[in-house]
Amino acid sequence: MSGDFLFQAFVYLTAAVIAVPIAARLGLGSVLGYLIAGVVIGPFGLGLLGEGGEDIMHFAEFGVVMMLFLVGLELEPALLWRLRGPILGLGGLQVVVTTAVAATVAYLLGLPWQQALAVGMILALSSTAIVLQSLAERGQLKSAGGQASFAVLLFQDIAVIPMLAIFPLLAGTVATAPGDAHGADAHAATTLVSGLPPWAQTLAVLAAVAAIILGGRFLLRPVFRAIAATRLRELFVATALLLVIGIALLMNQVGLSAALGTFLAGVVLANSEYRHELESDIEPFKGLLLGLFFLAVGASINFALILAQPLLILGLVIGVVVLKFTILLALAKVFRLGTDQALLLAFALPQVGEFAFVLFAFGVQEQVFDGSVADPLVAVVAISMALTPLLMIFFERVIRPRVGTKETAAQEPDAIDERNPVIIAGFGGFGSTVGRLLRANGVGVTVLDNDADRVDALRRFGLQVYYGDASRYDLLIAAGAQEAKLLVLALDTPERTLDLVHTAHKHFPHLQILARAFDWQDAHDLLDAGVPYVYRETLDTSLRLGTDALRLLGFRAYQAQRAAQTFLRYDEESVRTLTGQRGDRTVYLLAARQRIADLEHILQADLTGIDLARDDGWDAEPLRADFARVVEKTD
Amino acid sequence: MTRILILFAHPALEKSRVHRRLVRVAQEMPGVTFNDLYEAYPTFDIDVRREQALLAEHDLIVLQHPLYWYSTPALLKQWQDLVLEHGWAYGSQGHALRGKRLLIILSAGGRAEAYQPGAFNRFTIREFLAPIEQTAYLCGMAYLPPLIFHGAHRMTLDDIGQAAGHYRHVLEALRDDALDPAALGAWQTLNDALNIMPMIGKSTQAVTQ
Repeated sequence: MSGDFLFQAFVYLTAAVIAVPIAARLGLGSVLGYLIAGVVIGPFGLGLLGEGGEDIMHFAEFGVVMMLFLVGLELEPALLWRLRGPILGLGGLQVVVTTAVAATVAYLLGLPWQQALAVGMILALSSTAIVLQSLAERGQLKSAGGQASFAVLLFQDIAVIPMLAIFPLLAGTVATAPGDAHGADAHAATTLVSGLPPWAQTLAVLAAVAAIILGGRFLLRPVFRAIAATRLRELFVATALLLVIGIALLMNQVGLSAALGTFLAGVVLANSEYRHELESDIEPFKGLLLGLFFLAVGASINFALILAQPLLILGLVIGVVVLKFTILLALAKVFRLGTDQALLLAFALPQVGEFAFVLFAFGVQEQVFDGSVADPLVAVVAISMALTPLLMIFFERVIRPRVGTKETAAQEPDAIDERNPVIIAGFGGFGSTVGRLLRANGVGVTVLDNDADRVDALRRFGLQVYYGDASRYDLLIAAGAQEAKLLVLALDTPERTLDLVHTAHKHFPHLQILARAFDWQDAHDLLDAGVPYVYRETLDTSLRLGTDALRLLGFRAYQAQRAAQTFLRYDEESVRTLTGQRGDRTVYLLAARQRIADLEHILQADLTGIDLARDDGWDAEPLRADFARVVEKTD
Repeated sequence: MTRILILFAHPALEKSRVHRRLVRVAQEMPGVTFNDLYEAYPTFDIDVRREQALLAEHDLIVLQHPLYWYSTPALLKQWQDLVLEHGWAYGSQGHALRGKRLLIILSAGGRAEAYQPGAFNRFTIREFLAPIEQTAYLCGMAYLPPLIFHGAHRMTLDDIGQAAGHYRHVLEALRDDALDPAALGAWQTLNDALNIMPMIGKSTQAVTQ
């Protein structure tokens, strides 16, 4: 059993590792790569998969649930509220109009009206998984068209719930005897609440939603804080997974879509300081499961059926895609999207979604229709999903360059959330002072810190502080490193600082780095690493103390001040000069010996080198001598 | 009794022989407030409210400084820029300084005859100080002729002692209202008005006469 599992995992991973990079290199996007890999290893390709294909699909659907959670995390409640118009208006009309037209066509093609209506509803849905992944890969998620796509998909996810409720009412036109429900989806049929009267069911649904919102608001933060305080990263990952799985289970028990529930939880947590950490923890699981899901879709395409009725299937695919495309385009224009954004929406959403697999199985089980109707349509759904990445590429390469308006750029500042120009990594005494100065002057800062208690305290003062290890690439991405201008490094240890410098240089070369250094050694390392702005943390403070010492000894305040400034400039020059001279000695000398060597070096330079008392402009001595000569001559 | 505020500006007092001596006199004199600007604001971060409060409390404002490049040291210019605010010192609502008097006491390296048309410095010191004179006028202050210690670089210790005596005499006379400001207005410098010769060398006498 476990050997079988390992073999399956090996096949899936191999297929993904080979196909996805090739697809990405060819500019086809990862979704198409997964789909092709699925076809190759599927029953009509190499036949490497056992009977578990169907189960894998259900398992992998969990990737969609995770994706919705992540989408929710990106959406603050305020933004969701702003999107209510597109969600209800555009999304609602898309589902209603597409259902009506598709059902009418199906009815005209000879299906009884009940079956036609059921099919129409199913075809109205689009694929959240494929669309969001494709849009995200192309950076289109935050454009107007991307947001419209998201709004429509969100409404569709909600619409699945009443559809599941309506299906049993449409039964009765199928002549055949009740089948044994071929192990189909128990998903919606058997839940804790299914035996209850409708009012109690409604109550249970409301209670579950309230539990998510209130729990997310008041319970999760202390829990995450306690977990974060253990400083065990895997425990945080486990907690994040537990949260998502727990909500999915709860939602299933009250008959709601798990994706919807986790989306809600994501929105509730969007304002929390753990948002970035949650994102980067769930992200890999979501990616793998979604990949698995796409593989399963590819593998499930029934080529035997297609080859048996090629014209029918082809005709249906074209019919469905053109129908959905036309309706989407028309609605987008009604809702005043720019031409290129309307086309983006229409090219993104014309496929039928993964919920179709569930609903067709459910429909057969509930005897809404039988296999002769469902099976060809399932093939149509799979093909339409596989076509989506190709359509998107077609849009990107052929259509978009010919459409004038470039709304993406103009829309950018308004999109998802406001990005701050400065990221401060580490918010102890040093970083917080920098942050306070910038904020006091109206500069927004995003703070990354991995001290859970501190993060919590700072949040209470309304700072945008996030918990996490700042040297991680994904966390930097989440914090908006691509849009930021400055990265301030005020971390606790030189090692982590250097790690972050390397990460930032590699992935975000546009970021200007300002780094706190601890001592000479550390300053050398940072300068060597190519950071031009290096600040030894004790330098200015000790010079201020020295200045006051000079004053107490009777120096004029301004003289002491000038002396400290001169010394500071000279000392900074020395650090930079010595960095160049260090060379290979670092390799041979232990750090402690290096420090002593550096100290000796600079003390030597102090003794032999420059006179630190300058300001000759105020010195009258040479003038006096000059005058004396002039006077002697003239006298 | 006139309340005197001395705004003293010297970036390198430790290098000055003349002002060190004058400062000692001023600091010991009753009825005189001595405000050492470079000591109070070594980072040029002037406390405007404190300075305005000081100005309000006094009747005679003395600017005391060495003449650098025919003008004041940098901090004293910064002080003018920041403290003499519109709406406070001047403008339709700015009456805080109205009726007060302004006196400049400065040291200059060159001899008196060098500050003449056709001479080495081509202008009189009074002419070089025109911006401050106009500032006083704009603020509604009476501008007194400046007191100048010429040839500061060549003073002997005796010269400096003599200069300090004149300095004390002028401040005391102004404090005790022994000098009539209106009568002083006609003179180019306070040196002329009081027949003070705090300069070294024989040439001094000729100039002040």
